[in-house]
Amino acid sequence: MKVLILFAHPAFERSRVHSRLINAAKQQPGVTLRDLYEVYPDFDVHPDTEQQILQKHDVIIFQHPLYWYSGPALLKQWMDLVLEHGWAYGKEGVALKGKYMLQVISTGGNEHAYSPEGHHGHPVKQFMLPFEQSAKLCNMEYLSPFVVHGTNQLTELQLDEYAERYATLLQTLQADRLDLQKARQISELNNLIALPPIISK
Amino acid sequence: MTNESFFYQALVYLATMVVFVPLAKKLNLGSVLGYLLGGIIIGPALLGLIGHGGEDLMHFAEFGVVMMLFLIGLELEPSLLWKLRAPILGLGGLQVAVTSAAVTGIAMLAGLPWNEALVIGMILSLSSTAIVLQMLGEKGLMGSAAGQSSFSVLLFQDIAVIPMLAIFPLLAPAGAVISGQEESASLIAGQPAWVRTLIVLGAVTSLVIGGRYVVKPILHIVARTGLRELFTASALLLVVAIAVLMTLVGLSPALGAFLGGVVLANSEYRHELESDIEPFKGLLLGLFFIGVGATIDFQLIVEHPLLVTGLVLGIMVLKFGVLLGLGKIFKLSREQNLLFAFALPQVGEFAFVLFSFAGGAALLEKETVNAMMAVVAITMALTPLLMLLFEKVIQPRFGCAAGQGGREPDQIDEHERNPVIIAGFDHFGTIVGRFLRASGVKATVLDLDSDRVDLLRKMGLKVYYGDASRADLLKSAGAAQARIIVIAMATPEKNREVVAAVKKHYPHLQMLVRATDNNDAFELMNDGVLRIYRETVDTSLRLASDVLELLGRRAYQSQRAARMFRRFDERSLKGLSAYRDDKQYVNVVRERIEELQKMIQADAYTNMMLRDAGWDRDNAEERN
Ligand SMILES: Cc1cc2nc3c(=O)[nH]c(=O)nc-3n(C[C@H](O)[C@H](O)[C@H](O)COP(=O)(O)O)c2cc1C
Repeated sequence: MKVLILFAHPAFERSRVHSRLINAAKQQPGVTLRDLYEVYPDFDVHPDTEQQILQKHDVIIFQHPLYWYSGPALLKQWMDLVLEHGWAYGKEGVALKGKYMLQVISTGGNEHAYSPEGHHGHPVKQFMLPFEQSAKLCNMEYLSPFVVHGTNQLTELQLDEYAERYATLLQTLQADRLDLQKARQISELNNLIALPPIISK
Repeated sequence: MTNESFFYQALVYLATMVVFVPLAKKLNLGSVLGYLLGGIIIGPALLGLIGHGGEDLMHFAEFGVVMMLFLIGLELEPSLLWKLRAPILGLGGLQVAVTSAAVTGIAMLAGLPWNEALVIGMILSLSSTAIVLQMLGEKGLMGSAAGQSSFSVLLFQDIAVIPMLAIFPLLAPAGAVISGQEESASLIAGQPAWVRTLIVLGAVTSLVIGGRYVVKPILHIVARTGLRELFTASALLLVVAIAVLMTLVGLSPALGAFLGGVVLANSEYRHELESDIEPFKGLLLGLFFIGVGATIDFQLIVEHPLLVTGLVLGIMVLKFGVLLGLGKIFKLSREQNLLFAFALPQVGEFAFVLFSFAGGAALLEKETVNAMMAVVAITMALTPLLMLLFEKVIQPRFGCAAGQGGREPDQIDEHERNPVIIAGFDHFGTIVGRFLRASGVKATVLDLDSDRVDLLRKMGLKVYYGDASRADLLKSAGAAQARIIVIAMATPEKNREVVAAVKKHYPHLQMLVRATDNNDAFELMNDGVLRIYRETVDTSLRLASDVLELLGRRAYQSQRAARMFRRFDERSLKGLSAYRDDKQYVNVVRERIEELQKMIQADAYTNMMLRDAGWDRDNAEERN
């Protein structure tokens, strides 16, 4: 499957997590990476261009840090302008039918904070309901997100591990070998991706 | 035509340069060796074209050294000079002291009386500023640690010439008549010591103060006339005047010129002065080297081959050893230390002056003077060959055959290594410059309007007066190290001149060019410029979008519309330029295209605006 990463990070130059994830993604041949804040610094998203690109891919990944339980503003602007009626949804809007959508998210809060007893009270996937439902409205299958938790506490080694897992996830998607059965049962995809042997030790 | 005629001489020297220097360059030998070879060949030993005029020529061409030191001074801001004080005094001082002592000792062992030995020792401790700096500069090694050390030593030596000239008469045997040229020309000969000291101090002070408060305003007036040759004349006048003043008070003209350069290093005319003096310096130094080649007394070599060879080798090996040892003490890396020692083992041009002075002061025998002059010339001629040996044999052992210099920071010219050059600093360039400055990006600014340059300097901005379409000026502004040049001169013609110069000499620079209108933009596209900024587009559109807002449209939509309009306009401009490849059809085609452009623009732009369908109300229904 052809994978498209729509990456949104307004302060990428200061990023610890996404800089590593993006590096890993860049090393995957065949993956299309679109750095939205670099392409649209003025927020003037071009629907035409974006739609043409979407049509050439099977898996659409929104990669972004979690900002106020959602994505950064440009990601929302992108959705508002690109997912047009009659194209993405509506009676004649079938352009995205059969594609997969998934989010790759980093969160300041750790895994516990995103549990019912934790600070934020709900798992990350629940906060992502608007994205999930948007995907469904556009006839796409929404896969559970790949989440990097507790970004402030992660060591360099752990960050590298996440990048490694991300690379494996991308390869799995490209080869169309993701176990959909299992993927639908768990709430975060990162738990599905086994670490490569060297790293897990 | 006689040998004496000016044109005949000019013909011989210029032809020698034009023939031999490119030849030497082609053979990778460097220009200095080319001049020297040319000098040997046209000299009395071979073709005899210049007879025994070599020495006179050198006296005249020594002025090239004065100019070179002026240029070096220009590159050195006082603060930087202050930073280099340790290597200049330490390394330079030790080099002169140790070498003089060693040579004096050996000469005394060889049976010379102590005063003669001391004179020879001091003279031989000097190295050749002209050859070494020219050579290192040409190879791009001035910024390397060895280059900096060589520079420090040479500078100290140039300063040391002055006390040497002062000491020599004292060393002369009692009763000898002093007939040295330099001394008799000086105003202050025969004055008591304290008067001399006062006069010397006064001269230096007036140089520093005059440079600041007299020369700058004069240059300003001259620059305002806009006559280039007048500026060149003023630049030459400045250097000559310094040289005359210094000679009058018995100081070295080279040192004076150096000081004058340092005083003006901070001024806005620095680059312009540099590029005006540079060609004269090059020519005179070339003549000087030809003179060196021509003065080599082959007769003497033939008659006393062993003595001459022995002296040349002995002197060079000794100086090499001292340099190597000092380099080690001053913690140069092995490779840089070798380069340092290979660069400086010759005897310098001041030796000619000092030897003839010492001869005149009856300090040395005439024969000794002649022999030493020949030896000095040979050591100088060997220097480029030694450098070749270093580059081809020694340096490859260190695994870096190619220009080592580039890797180390260029200390001489710190602020010239700015990543950005801004050419043209009127209302357009100023905004570019202010914004870059506010964003922490350093830029070297060049402008042609001397009044403005003055004003901006008063406001504390580093702006230089000069024409950026001249390759030499671009060079002084650090074009070789910069990454980007903003070309924002006031007229399209000037901009295109700069574009041409940059493309020819510094193709690595990314050009961002100001254009007046569409036609100007087309021309620039034809010249291959990729980043073109029509000066009014953004402002006009901002105004237009304000009109929309005042008419009651929402601010966001108005501004977004303006941005879209600009994007579309730029795209169609690029599309149109494709038609312009064949210049003959340009005018005919352009008219048609302009019409076409208007039509397409109107339609496509409207279409584009209608496309913001994502926000449409009716779409929302199905989402509800
Ligand atoms: C404006 C803003 C809002 C944020 N909101 C949240 C949030 O709601 N929940 C959370 O867990 N972390 C939040 N964070 C933390 C970021 O998610 C975290 O810093 C980021 O994922 C780190 O990734 P990076 O190193 O690639 O920048 C927020 C950060 C910013 C700057």
